[in-house]
Amino acid sequence: MKQVFKRPESMTDKPFHFCPGCHHGIVHRLVAEALDHFDVREKTVGVASVGCSVFLYDYFAVDVIEAPHGRASAVAAGTKRVLNDHVVFTYQGDGDLAAIGTAEVIHAANRGDNITVIFVNNSIYGMTGGQMAPTTLLGQKSTTSPYGRDCRRDGYPIKMTEMLAALEGPSLVSRVAVNTPSNVKKARKVIRQAFQMQIEGKGFSFVEVLSTCPTNWGMTPQAANDRIAEEMIPYFPLGTLKQKDVIDVL
Amino acid sequence: MSTPKKVFTKGNEAIAMAAINAGCHYYFGYPITPQNEIPEYMAMHLPAVGGEFLQAESEIASINMLLGAAATGVRAMTSSSGPGISLMQEGFSYFAGNELPAVVVNMSRQGPGLGGINATQGDYFQSVKGGGHGDYKLIVLAPHTGQELYDLTIKAFELAEKYRILTLVLGDAILGQIKEPIVPWIPEKTSGDADRDWLITGAKGREPRRITSLFLADGAMEKHNWHLQEKYDRIERDDVMVEEVDTEDAELVVVAFGSVARIVKSSIAQVREKGMKVGLVRPITLFPFPRKTLLELGGRAKNFLVAEMNTGQMVEDVKLSLPDGCSVEFYGRPGGSVPTPEDLFDVISETYKKL
Amino acid sequence: MPKVEIEIERCKGCALCVDACPEHVLEIGKGINLGGYQHVVVVNPDDCIGCCRCAEMCPDVAIAVWR
Repeated sequence: MKQVFKRPESMTDKPFHFCPGCHHGIVHRLVAEALDHFDVREKTVGVASVGCSVFLYDYFAVDVIEAPHGRASAVAAGTKRVLNDHVVFTYQGDGDLAAIGTAEVIHAANRGDNITVIFVNNSIYGMTGGQMAPTTLLGQKSTTSPYGRDCRRDGYPIKMTEMLAALEGPSLVSRVAVNTPSNVKKARKVIRQAFQMQIEGKGFSFVEVLSTCPTNWGMTPQAANDRIAEEMIPYFPLGTLKQKDVIDVL
Repeated sequence: MSTPKKVFTKGNEAIAMAAINAGCHYYFGYPITPQNEIPEYMAMHLPAVGGEFLQAESEIASINMLLGAAATGVRAMTSSSGPGISLMQEGFSYFAGNELPAVVVNMSRQGPGLGGINATQGDYFQSVKGGGHGDYKLIVLAPHTGQELYDLTIKAFELAEKYRILTLVLGDAILGQIKEPIVPWIPEKTSGDADRDWLITGAKGREPRRITSLFLADGAMEKHNWHLQEKYDRIERDDVMVEEVDTEDAELVVVAFGSVARIVKSSIAQVREKGMKVGLVRPITLFPFPRKTLLELGGRAKNFLVAEMNTGQMVEDVKLSLPDGCSVEFYGRPGGSVPTPEDLFDVISETYKKL
Repeated sequence: MPKVEIEIERCKGCALCVDACPEHVLEIGKGINLGGYQHVVVVNPDDCIGCCRCAEMCPDVAIAVWR
């Protein structure tokens, strides 16, 4: 008998601090598995954002730079310009990337910076206790949309994948989910592809991962997991919207 | 030794030339008058040294790209002016918390608000008291000639690495736009030490490293703050730079920095001809401020006149530094107005006559 | 014979693995771990087919699988 599932080497032993059922843990594992797959742990630099995933350096056995809220894509762009033979990735939540960090990620994408951006969209601000995020769905309650998000006041949930796919710069723009084993397998494939494209110097890769936030959604882990299919995927359809197999980076 | 070759250079270009000669091969910046020649020079000349020029989408992105590069230990830099420097303040605080070395140049322009593009010293407080959050300091160098723009940019990289600190070169629109002969030179050291134990280079054959300013454990942040303060104390003890002109017998001492100090120098020459014993103290490092020089001088020259292109900022630090019993007058020209030598001649003479 | 092992101290009792398992090998037990969570228990080890669905869904990477 052979072990067919084990903890990735690029992951430390530290238990996650995430809430029960939070998909961050799955996404962390998928990224670590990709680093293992390409055996690049020793030449990877992670850029942590500010949010529930701020403790990236506790969970990844790689060098990590902590970026100010929203600025991870810019920090990563600076690091990659120096360490252009290293793998540089950011790991950002929806507040970090889709609110305060939109300019940074849009321009990193538009420049085609040869980095990988992992964007975890759980349609809420997790660490700060459940406020409305740019990706909060219409009608979804939060501590700052207590009567439900209303498009007349709060606009519409922002579709980062569709936005970035409209740009010429990026090489891979995709949205995945990890709410079912088969979706996790598909997500693994796309995240692996994103890192592969970076390693092959093919430019900017972006993977949006729909994710739960049981605590701030006020749901059990299972109900939150179901909400991904029932509410999130219909508004945020899965799929790779952009793929460019051309080496157009320095 | 052949006489050093002089180059007729605009101030902004002197800064960029110095940075490249000091081994700075990474520049991230954004257009804003009156410092545009710096990114333009970098865009033109960095490729030839295998460097990277990157124009960012904002000054916020610039300072954060700089953070990403500085974390790897290379010499890297950004530059801006007034409004752009304001956008960078959060980044400055992160540089302090992370203890990352880098050089930033502020070619100040009149403010507040959109203000204008003329010279000012209105960013003094923001530079030395800290415009970002938390207890931190930047080393702030204040050049007053083209040659000093060159020399102090090189010095900035040395100090940044010596103390793992962000060093700010505080110039202004005049200095940036004036063209004058300077003598370029190459420093001995053109890079940081490769074996620094915090460099982000990829965890190959070593434990992973982290660049962080997040300290949540009990008392950890206080400990970090005192650690930073201990560094700032060392900087104040060891690396003050100040110039004194004719202060030995001065009965009135003018205190001024940057462009104003340069103008004061010619005014002093004129008043000295009239027999008035006037001297100048010119802080070159605004942090660390030359407190000791003023404390000693205040013991014998009781009268001081602070001249600034603002409504009175450095004057406060002068008062804090002087012993009791000294009189401190202030002459300010904010909003992009620049005092002429005659203006200062009149102010100095009138102040002197009232002694 | 396929086998699944749970690192009990990592488990937070979210039960995503229980839902994912096609063979009802897992259930939330009565036992409490050091984190204060009612952790998952392997109740029907012989029914495990080594498909890894549980491990794929575990947000705490607490499950190892042999096949």
